[in-house]
Amino acid sequence: MPMAQPQLTPEQRESYWKYNIRLTVILLVIWFLVAYVFGGVLAGDLNQIVFLGFPLGYYIAAQGALIVFVIEIAVYARLMNKKDIEYGIREEAVR
Amino acid sequence: MSLRKVFGLYTISFIGVTILIGVAQEVFNLPNRWVGWIFMGLSLGIYVVIGIVTRTSEADQYYVAGRGVPAVFNGMATGSDWMSAASFISMAGALSAQGFSGLAYVMGWTGGYLLLAVFLGPYLRQFGRYTIPDFLGARFGGHAPRIVGVVAAILASFTYLIAQVTGVGLIVSRFVGLDFHIGVFVGLIGVLFCSVLGGMRSVTWTQVAQYIILILSYLVPVVVLSFKLFSVPVPQLTYGQLLQRNNARVIELARDPANVATREAWAAESRQIAERLKDPALPAAEKAKLTDQKKTADAQAKPLVAKDSTLENYLKVPGGTGMWNFLALTFCLMVGTAGLPHILTRYYTTPSVRQARTSVAWSLFFIFLLYFTAPAYAAFARNAVFSNLVGSNMSDLPRWVTLWGPAGLFSVVDKLGDGVVQLGDFVVKSTDFVVLATPEIAGLPFVITGLVMAGGLAAALSTADGLLLTIANAISHDLYYNVINPKASLMKRLTITKVLLIVTALIAAFTATFRLAIIVELVAWAFSLAAASFFPALVMGIWWKRANKAGALAGMVVGLSITLFYMIGSRFFGMTWFGTATVASGVFGIPLGFVTIWIVSILTEAPSKEMQDLVVEIRYPKSGGVAAPGAVSPVPAR
Repeated sequence: MPMAQPQLTPEQRESYWKYNIRLTVILLVIWFLVAYVFGGVLAGDLNQIVFLGFPLGYYIAAQGALIVFVIEIAVYARLMNKKDIEYGIREEAVR
Repeated sequence: MSLRKVFGLYTISFIGVTILIGVAQEVFNLPNRWVGWIFMGLSLGIYVVIGIVTRTSEADQYYVAGRGVPAVFNGMATGSDWMSAASFISMAGALSAQGFSGLAYVMGWTGGYLLLAVFLGPYLRQFGRYTIPDFLGARFGGHAPRIVGVVAAILASFTYLIAQVTGVGLIVSRFVGLDFHIGVFVGLIGVLFCSVLGGMRSVTWTQVAQYIILILSYLVPVVVLSFKLFSVPVPQLTYGQLLQRNNARVIELARDPANVATREAWAAESRQIAERLKDPALPAAEKAKLTDQKKTADAQAKPLVAKDSTLENYLKVPGGTGMWNFLALTFCLMVGTAGLPHILTRYYTTPSVRQARTSVAWSLFFIFLLYFTAPAYAAFARNAVFSNLVGSNMSDLPRWVTLWGPAGLFSVVDKLGDGVVQLGDFVVKSTDFVVLATPEIAGLPFVITGLVMAGGLAAALSTADGLLLTIANAISHDLYYNVINPKASLMKRLTITKVLLIVTALIAAFTATFRLAIIVELVAWAFSLAAASFFPALVMGIWWKRANKAGALAGMVVGLSITLFYMIGSRFFGMTWFGTATVASGVFGIPLGFVTIWIVSILTEAPSKEMQDLVVEIRYPKSGGVAAPGAVSPVPAR
């Protein structure tokens, strides 16, 4: 059953939300750079470089970007879940 | 037994049974068709049993699987819910034809999950509703946003559903030899058994089972092939070298006089047909046939390498309008991924916000496994064509060619009549051969081809399950219960849902039997439609407390109309804005949707104080969600 939740103070609420926004913005900037700049606009130029046998531009669009997305979401889940605990936000269901 | 043990055991048994079937085929010399039957019966049987075991008539179980699906399993379920027949069978083939430009699909269909993770998933879970129109209705108030949501959900889901049903029919007819129409209805039995009996609960556990089959069957052939060619069983790593080999081989072939002659022969044929097409007295049927032939001839005559280039066109990155379309398509697919209702509802089923976050991560990981393998499939298949088929004798074609030739996916015509296969002699009719023929290219026994069939079937059925449920719930829960008859008892609602499931499935199957060519196109459109209608309203509803009903309504209607307007205009009436392709139509509707919500909300009355407080409140996860009554149900004991 839900545990008694400690009420967050207004300062805590603000810093929790700010943290979330900052993390979100950073992740989205990386997402944009990888998918649209390196995997898109610059891919032609990057193709001059060979990486693991792949032309680099092709590699980023076919694999690199995907790997970055997976890591980004995992990092997001991990950091936010950690932040929840730090702020005493626990909402795990009791098994 | 814990869930992990159950599915672990299931995976091992499935592999064991596959090996047994393989051995049985060797020993008893079973015809291939039998193996197809066994795989179809076995997998459909599994889904039906899961459907029966997990049947339920509790509302929370039926709509959101009791909000008790652990993150990893929700990730797998989302994976198979997401990966359709098109992802499984057609994507690798499309990549083999389109080269770099096709990678828009690979990036688009994965990158969308980041948007889902940071903008929507956890917050939707915290809001704790049943469906996406349900969220719109609760957040913005009144029936209108809910109804627009229902219309958009049906619009986006139904075309997609028809494509899945068509996929089922094709797979069944190809492997088992049943008539396409019968195949469609056989597949429907598998879908209906789970969705009708147990709603989201059955669908979820069936989708987990389906994910395991589909990922195993996707990886096995290409892993073996990679091991054969490079002694490294990681195709995702080795295909880089293959890209280079293919590149060198294509450049070599482009200079080869026999190949040049073949291309010229096709070009001559194209010119000849063009002459005949000028005749105004040509009957319509004849004209269509000739146009088709000309298209084939033009495609075969197209050069693979630009003059004096060291990079074949396949690896070339497009510039100008091509690059704009690549970026626009990637963007539409990403936003569409984060706006498709059948995926979004999956995040209602996790026990907590924390698990919803983790679950998006698992979802993408499981999807990633298939998507980063798809370009490898394309490279290996191209290699088989270039090194294994081209240059062989017409009388002594490679085994995979003779085996798959009768299926009509490709043909080998001796254009020059020299008895040797030239590159231009290989005419591809459906790039689906890339995934389907890979087990044969790798020299694997037919049992693996049967496994691939089971995988394709799983991919199509799992997506169909999710879509069917989304449509039926949108009508029964949102339209009937919330708008028309709020006093309806749970029994009545569930009965209506079940009837709707069957009726929707039948309509989809009936529509699929016409084999409309436009369906494949419509599926690609569904992403732009979902992107432009749902995404702006959901994101603004969650992230901006000032967003109100008028704004959301206007935003959804404007986003949807502009997108539809450009789609129809560019597809049928030659309209064009900045040279944008029809598939990327959403690129205009998405930003316009956001701007409209903003402007209209500012100009009209702010939402109630309670609603504004609630929007702020969902930023801070709490047990059981903020808006939904009732606590989180524990994981069902099994």
